[in-house]
Amino acid sequence: MSILVNKDTKVLVQGLTGKTGTFHTEQALAYYGTKMVGGIHPKKGGESWSSGVDGTSLPIFASVAEAKEKTGADASVIYVPPAGAADAIIEAIEAEIPLITCITEGIPVMDMVRVKAKLDKSKSRLLGPNCPGVLTPEECKIGIMPGSIFRKGSVGIVSRSGTLTYEAVFQTSNEGLGQTTAVGIGGDPVKGTEFIDMLEMFLADDATQSIIMIGEIGGSAEEDAAQFLIDEAKKGRKKPMAGFIAGRTAPKGRTMGHAGAVVSGGKGDAESKIAAMEAAGIKVSPSPARLGKTLVEVLKG
Amino acid sequence: MNIHEYQAKALLKGYGAPVAEGVAILKVEEAEAAAKQLPGPLYVVKSQIHAGGRGKGKFKELGPDAKGGVRLAKSIEEVVAHAKDMLGNTLVTAQTGEAGKQVNRLYIEDGADIDRELYCSLLVDRSVGQVAFVVSTEGGMDIEAVAHDTPEKIHTIAIDPETGVTADDVAKISKALELSGAAAEDAKSLFPALYKAFGEKDMALLEVNPLIVMKDGHLRVLDAKMSFDGNALFRHDDVKALRDETEEDSKEIEASKWDLAYVALDGNIGCMVNGAGLAMATMDIIKLYGKEPANFCDVGGGAGKEKVAAAFKIITADPKVEGILVNIFGGIMRCDVIAEGVVAAVQEVGLKVPLVVRLEGTNVELGKKILNESGLAITAADDLDDAAKKIVAAIKA
Repeated sequence: MSILVNKDTKVLVQGLTGKTGTFHTEQALAYYGTKMVGGIHPKKGGESWSSGVDGTSLPIFASVAEAKEKTGADASVIYVPPAGAADAIIEAIEAEIPLITCITEGIPVMDMVRVKAKLDKSKSRLLGPNCPGVLTPEECKIGIMPGSIFRKGSVGIVSRSGTLTYEAVFQTSNEGLGQTTAVGIGGDPVKGTEFIDMLEMFLADDATQSIIMIGEIGGSAEEDAAQFLIDEAKKGRKKPMAGFIAGRTAPKGRTMGHAGAVVSGGKGDAESKIAAMEAAGIKVSPSPARLGKTLVEVLKG
Repeated sequence: MNIHEYQAKALLKGYGAPVAEGVAILKVEEAEAAAKQLPGPLYVVKSQIHAGGRGKGKFKELGPDAKGGVRLAKSIEEVVAHAKDMLGNTLVTAQTGEAGKQVNRLYIEDGADIDRELYCSLLVDRSVGQVAFVVSTEGGMDIEAVAHDTPEKIHTIAIDPETGVTADDVAKISKALELSGAAAEDAKSLFPALYKAFGEKDMALLEVNPLIVMKDGHLRVLDAKMSFDGNALFRHDDVKALRDETEEDSKEIEASKWDLAYVALDGNIGCMVNGAGLAMATMDIIKLYGKEPANFCDVGGGAGKEKVAAAFKIITADPKVEGILVNIFGGIMRCDVIAEGVVAAVQEVGLKVPLVVRLEGTNVELGKKILNESGLAITAADDLDDAAKKIVAAIKA
């Protein structure tokens, strides 16, 4: 099993016709034939897109609603530039797409405040923005994660950072463990999905035998997740976990690349997150290069 | 992006917030004329730097008994004397670090009779994804200390973006600040105005500390600190025009022209990484092996080779840098693009320090091939651990 996506997931692309959308759609099609079913462009409805790699053709629709109706899509991935990305997410929410993944980095926070208000009243789940997407090995790749480093297996991975997700995937593949699903929830301060939602899914997924959780400075999502894990453990729901927090050496008050990665008002520093995660039974690796090995040590007991 | 207090107040005045009359000056000769425009007889002379703690700060060039960066004056002559004392000198506050900041601008303001000092800020509360007012009756002091010592004195009121600030919200904020009479009346227009300004100008933080109740019972914005969401500056040319580049690190200004996420730090290993999380983790692992990073640098996902080359040049131009670690795990970013950018930059500006490159992910083989065939003295690393060890060893050698 897996979470969020599998071989049957049908995916639309908002921003398919741009350079980034094209490149990553070609990659997704090449990854075990992920079911990409169409693109959206308000002015190019009725035209088609074809892959520069193998000539695969996808229909382009004028709206997400139309695309969903004609293709039966259950997911959408967004590569629209920052200025228009919030409206693209809202369009997908209004079309009732169950899983929306927004890759776009640099969306103004106030735009995401507007999106969040609509999202909270909808049935859609949003991953991101500013995230690498979600990938279930040998089944479905949504977003920009490099498929070649994955291996089907037993580790669930959830992370606020794209490239650190890749580190965790790469290292668990090298250790022979492999992954059930890897999810990037994104580095922005206001986002669609937090750690807790993903941890809940991984705890419920039988194929997921262990979990890696990667956080970073800023906010209190890691502390909230740690409390959730403590509460679930009391109900007997618990899986072996390793983790990492990026930004131990980051200076206070400076935003470190990700809009959400900032220690401000005395909150969000790495040490308090690490302490909370350790208290919840997660073995936190001091080095980002030892995520896989740390998990192996946990599994050996 | 941050702006000065006087700029923030002018912006708030445009939204109808009550601020004192004031004039900003750049030269001592302007002080007298500026003060004459104000009603008097009480004036405040305020250093304009992008750092807090100005009142308690000390000027490096003046003796330890000299007054701080915010001074009261009871005559125009005193205003001029303070201006002479402050302009051009270096103010060291709790937030500037030991180096301090040169005071290049002063703001001369009409004095106020203060009854009570309150705290009010607006920010995006990430736990709910809404703009929130954070208020306290304990104004005029370090709010972090208040949060630490007496957290019950800090109240957070989140605002539903679909309704904006309601009468009920105003009542909650006013109650938390113990406002009554004229101040409670002023609150009905002030808090919605602050919220409107925050949203329309895409602020990241609006801090009024202190917000004062004057002896006549009315509210006034006595100090204002404002910072803006860098991702939204594209739609605010008026805000961009307020940028004071003398307040920023020159390397960071150059990096921002290329849309690079770059933060100057104090160590001596330069880093170029893709992805903010990996960039932070790269800093962390350098520290783990006993050295300090010279910078944070995330070249981002969609960078072309020109941007990569620009990043590399900014890093090599830093005289503190004794070695460089390039760490790339390609997703959006393709390893061949990174390799081409690094090679182009090295060919242009040369390479005087050890360079360790670790490539993994999309198009990794092509990237490695470009580096190998370049003939440059580049040390390849297998993984992040190996890369960190190699650059630390190269510097120690």
